[in-house]
Amino acid sequence: MSKVLHDLKAIGKGLATTFRSMLEQPVTVQYPEEKRPVAKRYRGRHVLRRYENGLERCIGCSLCAAACPADAIFVEAAENTDERRFSPGERYAVVYEINYLRCIFCGYCEEACPTEAIVLTDQYELSFETRRDAIYTKERLLEPVPPEGQPTPQKTPPGVFVRSIPEDLTDFPVWKP
Amino acid sequence: MDTTLLLEWTIKAVILIFILLTGFAYLTLMERKVLARIQVRLGPNRAGPYGLLQPVADGIKLLFKESIIPAKADKVIFVLAPLITVIPALVINAVLPWGRTVTVFGRQVSLYVANINVALLYVMAIASIAVYGVTLAGWSSNNKYALLGGLRSAAQMISYELALGLSLLGPVLLAGSLSLVDIVEAQRRMWYIVYQPLAAVIFFITSVAELNRAPFDLPEAEQELTAGYHTEYSGMKFALFYMAEYVKMITVSALFAVLFLGGYLGPFESQYPWLGPIYLVLKILVGLYVLIWLRATLPRFRYDQLMRLGWKVLFPLALLNVVVTAVIVVLMG
Repeated sequence: MSKVLHDLKAIGKGLATTFRSMLEQPVTVQYPEEKRPVAKRYRGRHVLRRYENGLERCIGCSLCAAACPADAIFVEAAENTDERRFSPGERYAVVYEINYLRCIFCGYCEEACPTEAIVLTDQYELSFETRRDAIYTKERLLEPVPPEGQPTPQKTPPGVFVRSIPEDLTDFPVWKP
Repeated sequence: MDTTLLLEWTIKAVILIFILLTGFAYLTLMERKVLARIQVRLGPNRAGPYGLLQPVADGIKLLFKESIIPAKADKVIFVLAPLITVIPALVINAVLPWGRTVTVFGRQVSLYVANINVALLYVMAIASIAVYGVTLAGWSSNNKYALLGGLRSAAQMISYELALGLSLLGPVLLAGSLSLVDIVEAQRRMWYIVYQPLAAVIFFITSVAELNRAPFDLPEAEQELTAGYHTEYSGMKFALFYMAEYVKMITVSALFAVLFLGGYLGPFESQYPWLGPIYLVLKILVGLYVLIWLRATLPRFRYDQLMRLGWKVLFPLALLNVVVTAVIVVLMG
């Protein structure tokens, strides 16, 4: 008899718990309208950065592709000239593609990059409808030209952008033609 | 029989079925909403304001789904089984009294489809047919999960139907009639849940078992049997099983209200008979809420626990209740 009472008490306790939880404020986040902030070190989709003068940081060295454990990155390099300059130094990436069906967002590419050209952002809304769409090309990855800079390719004076990697990685001087 | 009477019955039956089907649709929404709130979620809120169009969306989706019949299934029975399940669930409601007589267009209309003098017997008889639907669905699917689900369902319903029937006898003895209208009218002084608390509890527990709902949802225990007897069903045939389950939920709540909570009775009901259906709907909603609340709280019974509870606890208690009630009724004259 005492066991029955004990069991009934347990059921009553359970019912009380569920009833109380019904009065609580729901924890649901109404996603498309309401977005939670991401963590500071969140690894979302990549972006290819530029210097302040608009030149691309990427020098087409393919170290990111070599570091990538998922083989998601494809880089094809080409020669820079002062007439048609995309990035400082000798070479630039003429093709830069990241396949987001392969990418595992480990961030090794970011660590491998000698010029801090490839950076993972906090964007996580990566939906696509075709496999073709999943491959982000250079145009989609490059960040917009900063307000001080010029779009690439630029015509640059000879002898200024000899080094692929600037002395201090912060920036090249803003250069105007 | 004059034709207007026939017309009146037809209209009442159509309205009743419409109410039950709408009730089924919105009960699914209510269940999802209440479960969500208990789990500190919001529940469906995208289709229409407060998710009110969600049942419509679900219905359209299921309607357009491909209906698959397994190659080795017993096709005739496979198609018939959902119908055998759903039709009794709807037909039971014919005897439910929603209120007393009201005047519509100068005509006295009683708010029930049929007031037969063996209404409770009818309810028990029709409710038992639904077991065939579930068992045949499990058998005809030619699938071991479905078969096990169907067999469990049969065993469970047979075990609990005895206690269910005996618990119904309490109100019957007090009212001295099997007619649901008479039983409600006999509760004018006091609801039967006061006189028959044990019968009310037994009726509630056994009817949850009859409904195959948590914590007695062994026939569709998804962890062991995928979906139990309706594993192989899809599209509209699958929806029919759901319809049967939810319409039966409404029926059971309504029966509970009629037998123990005074049915359509309530304050000012005698002056304004239209209040009757409103009181009954409120009482049904309370019953439905408790059913959902139980589902959100209690884990599923093990098979041996289920059988032990049915045969060793509920059945003797129900018998005892009948004997004690009968003795008291005789002594009180």
